[in-house]
Amino acid sequence: MTGPLFRVRRLRKEFAGHAVLRDADVEIRRGEVLGLIGENGAGKSTFMKILSGIYEPTSGTLELEGRPIAFDSPSDARRAGVSIVPQEFNLAPDLSVAENVFLGAELLKFRWLLDRARMRARTAELLAELGANVGPEDRIDGLSAAQKQLVEVCKALAFDASLLILDEPTTMLTRREIDRLFALMRSLKARGMALVYVSHKLAEVKAICDRVIVLKDGELVREAPIAEIEPAEMARAMVGRELREIFPPKRKARGPVVLEVRGLTSPGTFADVSFTLREGEILGFAGLVGAGRTETAEALMGLRPSTGVVRVAGQDVKAKNAGQAVRGGFGYLSEDRQGSGILTGFGIAENMTLVSLRDYASLPFVVDREKEAAKARTWRQRFGIKAGNLDAPLESLSGGNQQKVSLAKTLDPAPRVVIVDEPTRGVDVAAKQEIYLFLSELAAKGTALILISSELEEIIGMCDRVLVMREGRIVGEVEGEAVEEREIMYLATGLQAGANA
Amino acid sequence: MSATLAFFQRLEKERYAAIAALAILSIVSALLSPFFLQWQNLLNIVRQVSYTGIIALGMTFVIVSGGIDLSVGSMAAFVGCLAMLVLNAASDAGLQQGTAVAAAVGCAVVAGLACGLANGLLVTKGRIAPFIVTLGTMALFRSLSLYMANAGEFRSASSLFGELGSSAPLGIPLPAFILLGLAAALAFVFKRTRYGRYTRAVGSNSRVARYSAIDVDTTRLAAYTVTGLMVGISAVLIAMRFNSVGSSTLGVNYELDAIAAVIIGGTSMSGGRGTVWGTVVGAITLGVINNMLNMVGISPYLQGTVKGLVIIGAVFIQRQRQ
Repeated sequence: MTGPLFRVRRLRKEFAGHAVLRDADVEIRRGEVLGLIGENGAGKSTFMKILSGIYEPTSGTLELEGRPIAFDSPSDARRAGVSIVPQEFNLAPDLSVAENVFLGAELLKFRWLLDRARMRARTAELLAELGANVGPEDRIDGLSAAQKQLVEVCKALAFDASLLILDEPTTMLTRREIDRLFALMRSLKARGMALVYVSHKLAEVKAICDRVIVLKDGELVREAPIAEIEPAEMARAMVGRELREIFPPKRKARGPVVLEVRGLTSPGTFADVSFTLREGEILGFAGLVGAGRTETAEALMGLRPSTGVVRVAGQDVKAKNAGQAVRGGFGYLSEDRQGSGILTGFGIAENMTLVSLRDYASLPFVVDREKEAAKARTWRQRFGIKAGNLDAPLESLSGGNQQKVSLAKTLDPAPRVVIVDEPTRGVDVAAKQEIYLFLSELAAKGTALILISSELEEIIGMCDRVLVMREGRIVGEVEGEAVEEREIMYLATGLQAGANA
Repeated sequence: MSATLAFFQRLEKERYAAIAALAILSIVSALLSPFFLQWQNLLNIVRQVSYTGIIALGMTFVIVSGGIDLSVGSMAAFVGCLAMLVLNAASDAGLQQGTAVAAAVGCAVVAGLACGLANGLLVTKGRIAPFIVTLGTMALFRSLSLYMANAGEFRSASSLFGELGSSAPLGIPLPAFILLGLAAALAFVFKRTRYGRYTRAVGSNSRVARYSAIDVDTTRLAAYTVTGLMVGISAVLIAMRFNSVGSSTLGVNYELDAIAAVIIGGTSMSGGRGTVWGTVVGAITLGVINNMLNMVGISPYLQGTVKGLVIIGAVFIQRQRQ
């Protein structure tokens, strides 16, 4: 065998001085499926984005068949033979399969005209090779998730890819579809193509990969042939790190039950979610992306239709909209700060009182701006928000300060049950620590908290009790000493607890 | 820090750009014609823009909330026809003139509110795009007016009605008076009340608004209803002015003038930002342009060309700043 197809040397990527990828050395070989695993934030997506030409590395080199290479853009990478099947499909729903496969790189005749016959024929050929039950003329929006994925693969293969990266390809697929995908991957491998398989599902990694590399905090911490590593060890390698001391000490909260949820169900997203929450408790919601945690929170907030029983302090609070949920005692910090949390064009004070504006009425309906400004100053001081002018629009603030404003907005109506969804996403370490401390103080004063997070470290550092969700259901509850990374990871990924530990 | 500073400079520019443009335009007009600055001419300009100006006040709420209302012109004709029918029916029934006029005004207000509410319900409960809803009701209201009047006009049987239309309390024409009064009231609502804040929030990002426990549907519904109310008031004032309602002529192109006033006043077409007083300034600017073109003897047929260029220019300048 000749040298590796693709070689990455001392690859480093920094964002604003913060290294998310630290001098990784990776070889990718022909005729091999390489598993790439790691927790959220470990640097996987940065690695993929550099490989597929979306990011430029801060330092380090890429070599294709022994020659140094640099990609200026994704299409540049695609021309060189590196294609990616993204987790979020990137297809135009109103166009046909063939039109999507050649989107942005259409085949032409007479220089100006689309060569539709040739594109159709080539697409049909590729689809047949993949064994897809899809025609080149079918419209994208009539296809299932598995079929869309095949179209993405088709798109990747239309340009003679030598390296194919698959990012979490199985999250939307059924068992049978996964089997078909794996069969396809094996046949591509047999043709000498190199594949990189990125996944959280360790059992699948074990099943399909030939070799696995583990990223943790931007470093390559483990590399092993698949025969030498079991899923349990993969999990350990992914998470086994020192907990940095940025979490306040945990407290055991044994107040009365304030929230009771029974059989909460939203067809198609989650089913039969039941739990209770005590005053002063911080309950963790762990699980992989797409496990149904955010959707559960949205249902509690009346933002998503659902059935079941929700009681706050004995009162029925089955909200049909967020207004009812807020009046019933709920507060929700959205995971999507820009999309559903804050108004970037609004000032700091205006954002903080968005939920609780009713409480600032002097005459009915008229906003008492003195009172509003006074409250905003109080929040600014409590959170240490760095902004001189309370009318400054949020777009002028850093991510951490924006998040603090968003949190102030959530907490201003003094909710009894607060759901914080990814409270430290896109926030630097100092702000993280402040937010943790604040949440802990809030709990100490008797507020009941639900913490949804994809960062296990955060869940473990903050929560005394953790519910783990997988595929729309609560699959386990861990408490006290059992709140540790391996246990939660086993539950979240669907491996049996304690197996091979 | 510098980003903050730049933003504020931009904000101030946006707030005063419309006034600055109007000031420059007025100086040019005054230089071009000695008649421009005469009190009578100025009052005339304000009266002329009042009818669409009042509608534009409501349109400001609709556009800031992220919508559009194309039906206002047809709605004015429809409401005007209804008011006329009530006025004449009341006069025929032998009611006092004052009572008949009051009934007509009441009818216009109620009919305007109902039409606006209908638009709003179709947009919010029907989940149909505002452009489509109001395009449909634009055709509908006009057609109903034509049907009612058999494409002709309703003449008022009341002399008091017409007298009110040309009245000028304190020397200021009645419609201008009402425009300024309504502008003051709605500016207060827009800047100082919860509803005004919610309107901006919904137009700025309706998803954030929904997640922040704001009743998005009610907020948008209210914007269309306020616009309907303004159309009702405007329609009855125009009917008074001519002491008649032409079913095919009343309100033609009012949607254009109202939207133009809102845009020239600095309100963002994409929603979330704007001011009520800016809209008043925008409406007066349009009036001053027409007045100037008249005075320097440019063909009235070309006034539309200038208006079109001004609208496109105003939006172009907004884009450049973003």
